[in-house]
Amino acid sequence: MQIKGKAHKFGDNISTDHIAPGRLFHLRTNLPELAKHVLEDADPEFAKKVQPGDFVVGGRNFGLGSSREHAPTIIKLAGVGAVLAQSFARIFYRNAINVGLPVLICDTSQIDAGDDLEVDVSKGEIKDITKGITIQAKPLPSVMIRILNDGGLLEHFRKHGGFALDG
Amino acid sequence: MGKTIVEKILSEHSGTDAYAGDIIIAEIDAALVQDGTGPLAVQQLQKLGMVEAAKPDRTVLFIDHAAPSPRKELSNAHKVLREFAAKTGAIISDINEGVCHQRIVEDFMNPGEVLIGADSHTCTAGALGAFATGMGSTDVAIGIASGKTWLRVPETFKVHVTGKFKKGVYAKDLMLHFIGMIGADGATYKALEFSGPAIDAMDMSGRFTLANMAVEAGAKAGLFASDEITKEFLESRGRGDKWRPLSADEDANYEKVFEIDVSDLEPTVSCPHTVDNIKVIKEVEGTKIDQVYIGTCTNGRIEDLRVATKILEGRERHPDTRLLVCPASKEVYLKAIEEGLIAKLISAGAAIINPGCGACVGVHAGILGDGEVCLATQNRNFKGRMGNPEAFIYLSSPAVAAASAIEGVIADPRKYL
Repeated sequence: MQIKGKAHKFGDNISTDHIAPGRLFHLRTNLPELAKHVLEDADPEFAKKVQPGDFVVGGRNFGLGSSREHAPTIIKLAGVGAVLAQSFARIFYRNAINVGLPVLICDTSQIDAGDDLEVDVSKGEIKDITKGITIQAKPLPSVMIRILNDGGLLEHFRKHGGFALDG
Repeated sequence: MGKTIVEKILSEHSGTDAYAGDIIIAEIDAALVQDGTGPLAVQQLQKLGMVEAAKPDRTVLFIDHAAPSPRKELSNAHKVLREFAAKTGAIISDINEGVCHQRIVEDFMNPGEVLIGADSHTCTAGALGAFATGMGSTDVAIGIASGKTWLRVPETFKVHVTGKFKKGVYAKDLMLHFIGMIGADGATYKALEFSGPAIDAMDMSGRFTLANMAVEAGAKAGLFASDEITKEFLESRGRGDKWRPLSADEDANYEKVFEIDVSDLEPTVSCPHTVDNIKVIKEVEGTKIDQVYIGTCTNGRIEDLRVATKILEGRERHPDTRLLVCPASKEVYLKAIEEGLIAKLISAGAAIINPGCGACVGVHAGILGDGEVCLATQNRNFKGRMGNPEAFIYLSSPAVAAASAIEGVIADPRKYL
């Protein structure tokens, strides 16, 4: 899977409250509307700026906090191609794969806001065209690759009639 | 090779000889969702054509985050959960019953069991010697329908706790200290196992506080051995027959071991906007506070209300500081009435809020104004957490919270004890 887009840079510890704040709790049953506010408390302009295929580039511990699956879902709905970060909080990472949002663990320190990126998710290869560098991401665990390739956990479960995590 | 508590539980539930790093499919004993995550779980089950529960009597749907509903959208979300419960036989825990993590330990979970919940603080039940972890709506939906989930068996960090708490220092101070020590991502993907003489001597209420905040260090679960204190708790809840002893093997393998002597601890406060931004009381004393919030799945139990009342009894909140008290469940609330705590708290100027999560999660009943500062007994202080990204949240024990309500600034509770 090859994705091209611009980098939107965020800092460390971007929480699920930054991504999908509790004050918009009532929009959780209206995800397209909630997606208009995605990452609002980290960058109020993000939802307006983001273009299909763009990347959210975070620092350490991206997605910490709540189990709300709505957080990766609205990042995906906003058109984001993948989230790149130094590290992810556990529940967010699992949820992102479950909803089919690619998440890659890599050194994001050299990527700046506005850089043009080209990402090969299956190879875990990130090309920063602006900088002329290639960054290698940590490979996704094989279980995650299987679920992601099936299009998320729901599709995985439907396709195999249960969990099919081996091999 | 010996096993940690999590390796033992997950071996039993997967029918394998499971060790850290293994990918397993585990039978689950119980599952929970709440009103923020449940409607999406129901929607996913509808998409799968699997609107059913493998274990209806251990599938619990909690209406606690927006309870009672402040808006029609949430009232409609509540209807989805009530209808799902009616259709599948799952249990609904409706408004005023209490916060999911308090209710699930009061009435549902036992040592050696596996719980998955669509709420990050599901790890609270680990205090009973269970494996309990938070997941998203789709994972829990599939768990509800199939009775199974997939897991990577986590490595374990042992937190070995010795010494005796000084007056005015509690489990909450220990956990804030520990998170400050290892950082908000210090235990990402790991299980925490709490042990040592100070844990052996700790009541269940304190253990729930520690387990509840395991996720604030990034952990997947926070576990305790099941011992005589666990047994007494289950007996008090009418589930004495569900008790079993459970502890790690002597030769279990730990990725890291942390030693903490609680005798050295001081009242501890977490400062905005991350939980690991930890200070001891004397570094933050005098910080002006607009609102004090005592409650939540972290510190809304009867033991917490007793400590707060002891400090507030016969005194009054500072005129510039609002005081909100929210018992964690209906049972806690009733007990607090029976013991006369509620009347004393109201006399001290507290507004009592019916059991639920509303203020902590920023939905209703305690939203902060721009630039306002809240001192809360909850587990999180992220930007925007209490409904306003322009506000500031500090976290503490109920004792620090009560003392601060009196003085209107962050205050050391020891002079009141």
